[in-house]
Amino acid sequence: MSIRNKAYIAGAYEHPTRHAVDKSTAQLHAEVAKGALEDAGLTKDDVDAYYCAGDAPGLGGLSMVEYMGLQVQHIDTTETGGSSYVVHIGHAAAAIVAGKCNVALITLAGRPKAEGMATGTKPRAWGMDAPDASFEFPFGSTVTNNYAMAAMRHMHEFGTTSEQLAWIKVAASHHAQHNELAAIRKVLTVEDVVNSPMISDPLHRMDCCVITDGGGALVVVSPDIAKQLKRKSVRILGHGESPKTRIGGRIDLTYTGAKWSGPKAFDEAKVTPSDIDYASIYDSFTITVLETIEDLGFCEKGKGGQFVADGNLISGVGTLPFNTDGGGLCNNHPANRGGMTKVVEAVRQLRGEAHPMVQVPNCKLALAHGTGGSVGTRMGSATVILERGDA
Amino acid sequence: MNQLGPHNSAPVSNVEIQPFWDATAKGKLLLKKCNDCSDVHYYPRTICPFCFSDNTVWIEASGNGIIYSYSVIRKAEVPYVIAYVTLAEGPTMMTNIIECDLDAVRIDMLVTVSFVDTGEGNALPMFTLDS
Repeated sequence: MSIRNKAYIAGAYEHPTRHAVDKSTAQLHAEVAKGALEDAGLTKDDVDAYYCAGDAPGLGGLSMVEYMGLQVQHIDTTETGGSSYVVHIGHAAAAIVAGKCNVALITLAGRPKAEGMATGTKPRAWGMDAPDASFEFPFGSTVTNNYAMAAMRHMHEFGTTSEQLAWIKVAASHHAQHNELAAIRKVLTVEDVVNSPMISDPLHRMDCCVITDGGGALVVVSPDIAKQLKRKSVRILGHGESPKTRIGGRIDLTYTGAKWSGPKAFDEAKVTPSDIDYASIYDSFTITVLETIEDLGFCEKGKGGQFVADGNLISGVGTLPFNTDGGGLCNNHPANRGGMTKVVEAVRQLRGEAHPMVQVPNCKLALAHGTGGSVGTRMGSATVILERGDA
Repeated sequence: MNQLGPHNSAPVSNVEIQPFWDATAKGKLLLKKCNDCSDVHYYPRTICPFCFSDNTVWIEASGNGIIYSYSVIRKAEVPYVIAYVTLAEGPTMMTNIIECDLDAVRIDMLVTVSFVDTGEGNALPMFTLDS
């Protein structure tokens, strides 16, 4: 059984806030839910399934259906970090195909900036009961230095350079200049990136994503519901999800779970990487994008540095326009989890509603990829392929 | 006596991994080996993550390894080196490289384990560069 052509994204919404000092986390979840339902032309009472992940407060899904006053018949709180919301799309589509629900609401929200979190540079203080915590936390393991070690190894094996990684940030900044909500709107150069302060070799400050508050939501619906709506829906063609682990200590930092989730999604969608008009690639760090692009098959393994250089990811310039909202690197990284906003921008592109300066002409086929956890070692990975809808 | 850096902390242990941390106080690095598939894994588990056998035993590592990857954390109270070291026995572990010029560390350098006292009855297995 396949989900191909059997579910649609009817509503998508990104919260405009980047610094939510005046809002609670539950409130942000409800505000993005309201935004996505209004975008779809649906109401709260139409929702019969709810999806959220670890950013939801309290008991997660249970707390949020209670807060929002939802009466659902299906609930899924799969937690794979920043990739969760891309995972949820596949689960929602499968639940729709199985007849469990017709209108699935997915929300993400958080306020790491308002709470003063040193997201990337403080040793992690969460999940101390995780079985790996005793063997990492004592050594000053942080999000940034984990990704830095992946970048260092990729450079060692394939000759990737800091300048090549910098091009990823440069491309994101070219897009973010047109997004009035973006946290960073300055157009950056390769020199700006490689001359920014070194955080954790070889990652500079500008190789890192922004820390922002906010959130986003999606509404996934059955074909019958999609047909009844005035708003342009986006068809779900294929989906793949594949966590990657340390494999018992056989650690390889040079590839991600996209190596498995990508082919699953492409097979189900019956398309190939060269068919993709636009790609949203999770961008917690520049290295995240580089490895993911290779693993999804947009270029050969190890050639990602050459692929992303010279503006190849810039809309209107290169062959693979990516993250045209500015992505996590420049626009927004709500709750330190970027999977949701990746899908929202892919939906904008397929509806022809991205900023005119970054809109991909005649955008028919888009890919969105989410990454969670720590790259190469304990990570979530999910890929969804979307088509411009006829409903 | 606690000899840890400001970025370090004593491990949070539990009954399953207590032998590992107890051994560090005696200057021993223990690994888990599976008697059925003969593979060595890290971090240690009761059930082998390769073949799911529960016939696993503690073995003592030689303490020799090679740097698989590393990073010098510049934005820290005291800059430090985090690394993945591939042990002679096979598995790769997260650790710190210590007592070295931060700028001299490279992938593929040979290293040897060195235990750093946490002040809480155990020690962290860190590594120094072989000269």
